[in-house]
Amino acid sequence: MCLGIPGQVVSLEDAGGLRMGKVQFGGVVREVCLEYVPEVALGDYVIVHAGFAISPVDEEEAARTYQLLEEMGQLTELEETAADPGFGQGDRPSDKPS
Amino acid sequence: MKYLDEYRDARVAQELLEQIRGVQKRPWVLMEVCGGQTHSIVKFGIDDLLPGEIELVHGPGCPVCVTPLELIDKAHAIASRPEVIFCSFGDMLRVPGSKCDLLTVKSRGAEVRVVYSPLECLKIARKHPDRQVVFFAIGFETTAPANAMLVWRAKQEGLQNVSVLVSHVLVPPALEAILDSPWNRVQGFLGPGHVCAIMGYREYEEISARYKVPIVITGFEPVDLLEGVLMAVRQLEGGRAEVENQYARAVTRDGNAAARKVVSSVFEVCGRKWRGVGPIPQSGYRLRAEFEAFDAEHRFDVGAIDTQEPAVCISGEVLRGIKKPHDCPAFAKECTPAHPLGATMVSSEGACAAYYLYGRHLKPDNRNAAGKAGQAG
Amino acid sequence: MPDDKDHRVMPGEACPVPLPDHKQIVLGHGSGGKLTQDLIEKIFLPNFWNDCLARLNDQAVLEVNGSRLAFTTDSFVVTPIFFPGGDIGRLAINGTVNDLAMSGATPRFIAAAFILEEGLASDDLVRVVESMRLAVAEAGVLLVTGDTKVVNRGKGDQVFITTTGLGVLERPGEISADRARPGDRILLSGTIGDHGMAIMSQREGLEFEGPIESDTAPLHTLVAAMLEASPEIHCLRDPTRGGVATTLNEIASRSGVGMEIDVRTIPVRESVRGACEILGLDPLYVANEGKLVAVVAPEAADAVLDQMRRHPLGRDACCIGEVVAAHPRRVLVKTEIGGSRVLDVMMGEQLPRIC
Repeated sequence: MCLGIPGQVVSLEDAGGLRMGKVQFGGVVREVCLEYVPEVALGDYVIVHAGFAISPVDEEEAARTYQLLEEMGQLTELEETAADPGFGQGDRPSDKPS
Repeated sequence: MKYLDEYRDARVAQELLEQIRGVQKRPWVLMEVCGGQTHSIVKFGIDDLLPGEIELVHGPGCPVCVTPLELIDKAHAIASRPEVIFCSFGDMLRVPGSKCDLLTVKSRGAEVRVVYSPLECLKIARKHPDRQVVFFAIGFETTAPANAMLVWRAKQEGLQNVSVLVSHVLVPPALEAILDSPWNRVQGFLGPGHVCAIMGYREYEEISARYKVPIVITGFEPVDLLEGVLMAVRQLEGGRAEVENQYARAVTRDGNAAARKVVSSVFEVCGRKWRGVGPIPQSGYRLRAEFEAFDAEHRFDVGAIDTQEPAVCISGEVLRGIKKPHDCPAFAKECTPAHPLGATMVSSEGACAAYYLYGRHLKPDNRNAAGKAGQAG
Repeated sequence: MPDDKDHRVMPGEACPVPLPDHKQIVLGHGSGGKLTQDLIEKIFLPNFWNDCLARLNDQAVLEVNGSRLAFTTDSFVVTPIFFPGGDIGRLAINGTVNDLAMSGATPRFIAAAFILEEGLASDDLVRVVESMRLAVAEAGVLLVTGDTKVVNRGKGDQVFITTTGLGVLERPGEISADRARPGDRILLSGTIGDHGMAIMSQREGLEFEGPIESDTAPLHTLVAAMLEASPEIHCLRDPTRGGVATTLNEIASRSGVGMEIDVRTIPVRESVRGACEILGLDPLYVANEGKLVAVVAPEAADAVLDQMRRHPLGRDACCIGEVVAAHPRRVLVKTEIGGSRVLDVMMGEQLPRIC
């Protein structure tokens, strides 16, 4: 409990009085109910659980804490120059068909 | 994927582990509350990477595991009716009742469908006006807003052929039950991130103060979990007991008021029986009187379901963090995901299944097991 | 193995959950995971036992009058019958071509049996068959015989197709799931999860939009190119139902070896990943229809990989791990953050989850 994934709002619509939208997750788009995030606008990120946006992603908060983590990560990289043999982050293949 | 990949960064994870090692002086027992957190811990190998003196025990955060046997049996009885289209989240399909699971019920001709969102049931109901659409509304507070919206809209649209079978459970009473137990070993909690996105974390402040335990509201990705552990251990080493919010990008102190408004219009708090644990007062939701017409338990007379909850089952002890899956003599022998004997082996994020799937019983060097062999259960 | 025991009561303790009742076939029995294995090992194998069948490869290699032939059969029951990137017909041809190709054989002949449901639109049948014609031409095979049956409405999901294939082994040497050896490298020909998620995107109740297409493709020319690079290819398998995880476990199990994989080397399209994340699925267990896993001798790995990358179906080919002597029959995975876990065989169907 509880699978909630961050995605970006790419469209908004009113479906019979219910605030709905399309949210994009890494190139895949799904219909999501946005009734519980009335403040969210096109382009914003939300956490989606069971087809509902349950919270906006606070981008400032994410940036702030991530910066801290990044700095920590850079420290680690400086320390571990020899590093892990051969296990770097590989390229993600693009979504163009081969 | 933005806001996901960053929290799986190996360098950051390694640095957090380094910091944890630096801060930790004494052994500590922490509990992560959510099944999704358990899943992540085991999937990414976090418990293996943590210093041996930090023990993670798995909490009751698996609504699938704790759904009472009678309710599963009722679900099967309802699903077996020819007029019913039974809809459920995928999680519930393999949970055995007294005799079989929903997949077996399906194999006998019942129409059982997996849905991603409860709102799909509205579409199905409109498409099949001659059938009864029943939704298995399980979950913690995180899923209650979604389930509530289904009922709310069904009423608004005047849909006569939709109903829900409710098995909602609440986290704070479960934590209190754990902390009240004389055998409790848990010293700090990684709180349920998505539950708190809805509910906020005020309720946990009260628990933290009363029981003097640190509660760090934590997310679900490896970096979140490691940061949560770091924050909890810092508190414990420093003799503090507060609520902290690791998952600040998604959780605020007051939570989601819009979601809670709909939840409290549709549901009210009630006592619930937790499989493997027993009845806990004020620990669940039921439909309010004005929505009773949508209660599948009333709409379908499924008769008296006679199920026997046994007096003792190790699932309960695992759920409360008193024992670990490999403490159970049947773990990975008689009891496996293919032949589950207990609730925690059934759901893929129940503690025992998570342990089994990610192979803790197979690892030759299981530090946690060895290290804890001498501690009282 | 513990799973064989039919324990209903755990001695000394009572448990609330009895064993699931497998007195009936459930969908999980067809998913390619543990339940399917059980069915094969407990019902089919004991009844039809012979040395060839016992190797449990996707194809049988037979000696007939001095020639080595590969022989295989496969059924296709996918729903919907038309999906992004393909259809049941194309799948039926490529699937059988691939089963032959995994032994190193040159696919030559196909037989196709159709079970049509009463009420199927003739236009749909034409569409499927035309697609098969194109697939047959692309694969360079001949469809030489077939059969057609019609069943009552409701007794068949529009169309089921069974294809049987015959191929010729032109090279000496043996490619089989039991030939993996410690030190061998494990190669993967490209991105995983495309086919399964393309199907999932069409499932009522779970639909989503996106660029995900089935990767269905005939792999025999890729295999031929790999064998040109080196004969030291020990195992070949196309990871269909049950995904790469199941395939690796099958090879590890038959060969009696361990495996160590690094999840970070495994290519997954961003869209497939997105879809898996929202449904709570693991790409390692999702079906593929145009990919292969190869276990090759360490000295041959670089040359084989090089050839794969030159081929249109192997552009994203990579080395994902190696075979080890330690922890025999277990596949260990190094996780994104450097931790470790065991990659087990899938139980039944992988189901979307919200928890």
